[in-house]
Amino acid sequence: MLHALRTQWLRVVVHIGAWIPFAVIVWDALTNQLGAEPIRETILRTGKTALILLVLSLACTPANTLFGFKSALKVRRALGLYAFFYALAHATMFIGVDYGFDLALLQGALLERPYALVGAAAFLILLPLALTSTKGWMKRLGRRWTMLHRGVYLAALLVIAHFVWLVKLDVREPLTYGAIVLLLLALRIRLIREGVVRLRAL
Amino acid sequence: MEKIPASEITPEHLYFTRRQFIAAASAVAAGALLSACGVPSPPPTARPTIAQPSPQASKGVDELGDKLTPFDTITNYNNFYEFSLDKEDVAPRAKDFKTSPWTVQVGGLVNKPRTFGLEDLLKFEQEERIYRLRCVEAWSMVIPWLGFPLSKLLAQVEPQSKAKYVRFETLLDPKQMPGQRDSYFDWPYVEGLRLDEAMHDLTILATGLYGKPLPPQDGAPIRLVVPWKYGFKSIKSIVKIDLVEAMPISFWMESAPNEYGFYANVNPDVSHPRWSQATERRIGEFSRRKTILFNGYADQVAPLYAGMDLRKNF
Repeated sequence: MLHALRTQWLRVVVHIGAWIPFAVIVWDALTNQLGAEPIRETILRTGKTALILLVLSLACTPANTLFGFKSALKVRRALGLYAFFYALAHATMFIGVDYGFDLALLQGALLERPYALVGAAAFLILLPLALTSTKGWMKRLGRRWTMLHRGVYLAALLVIAHFVWLVKLDVREPLTYGAIVLLLLALRIRLIREGVVRLRAL
Repeated sequence: MEKIPASEITPEHLYFTRRQFIAAASAVAAGALLSACGVPSPPPTARPTIAQPSPQASKGVDELGDKLTPFDTITNYNNFYEFSLDKEDVAPRAKDFKTSPWTVQVGGLVNKPRTFGLEDLLKFEQEERIYRLRCVEAWSMVIPWLGFPLSKLLAQVEPQSKAKYVRFETLLDPKQMPGQRDSYFDWPYVEGLRLDEAMHDLTILATGLYGKPLPPQDGAPIRLVVPWKYGFKSIKSIVKIDLVEAMPISFWMESAPNEYGFYANVNPDVSHPRWSQATERRIGEFSRRKTILFNGYADQVAPLYAGMDLRKNF
């Protein structure tokens, strides 16, 4: 048990940690602490959580290649799937609760203005990634699996655009996430990656 | 002899709050009496009626029959970047905001420039106006303001014929307003109206809501309310009003000129560049509602914009 905890601690942290934002939303909803606009608040919180989990999932590979942090690879899929589930909750709240499945209204909200459209595009990219996240699909797709799953970077960039376009004026927070995503993306480029590894070896 | 700081000598303010409290209390009492006697409510009219002493508020609805937003919501959900970017964090941060002594300097292209103390401003007959407030973020409230038409104030200073616009400025005091220490924004907050918009009877300077003095988070001690425009036009905690010849550049125009225009009239057909304005959520309601042109005040204000392209003049 102790041994398992020592080797599996990161998994424990991820699986417990990922549920905490959900639990807090449920608790706040039950105790009426979601504020004056509970629907909007829930949409914002699930969206933010999805983004954070997505960024963490992107950090796993560089954590291993650059710092030899192998356990990170073991939680990468879980982080990605949790990110997807929060994104699913986010989209469902927007379409089903905020807009009450009113297609005419949704059409206006989605097609007329870019921010919702870009969010929807990011979600549609994440969907097949979530569906093909199993070992079976990994084997079946082989090299194409890797290609397909590189789409996560495109999704992440679209999510950043979605966030930047959503705020009224102060874009500092979304741009901070954007900088992190770009950094993580840069670390995947071989030249940069090898440079960093060499620097560390010095 | 030691000098007594000006902040210690504010008997006017004390007089004033006491007087206003008594006035408000009697208004509430009278309202309660009226409803207790079963006085039939007047038929709804397109025009928000002046309510003294407040038969509308006791009815709890605006002229369209929409319910008033509760006092607690109006005072705990505020866009007031001078205090916080978080709407629910404004009230706690504004709690100790000092609104007395307070003066509003009115000048520019006028014949009789004058600095009004708050007590002078409260001498204007205070009326209740129940207005819808539509935020550019697509949420809305119904608020029973207490205040007086801006036109009455402007009449006292006598605008010159050259004056075409009115420019308003919020207090600049980073010590009290922590948001102003953030140099990301261009402080102080500035807003503007065309002179005919400013003179329109619907345009008021509000000093209270729900019969009480304005709480700091809602723009104490005096703010503008222009109900047919997005909420950000209704500038809070005003210290300066100038009559000017050229169109003023507002805080939002300066910050994002292609997204926020000078007019900012509520219009479901003219979307924000990034989000639709077709619908809104009335705070406290579950479903979205359709946004109405000029926030439902088209009958009164549409003539102001006759012949203008509302898409260009957003």
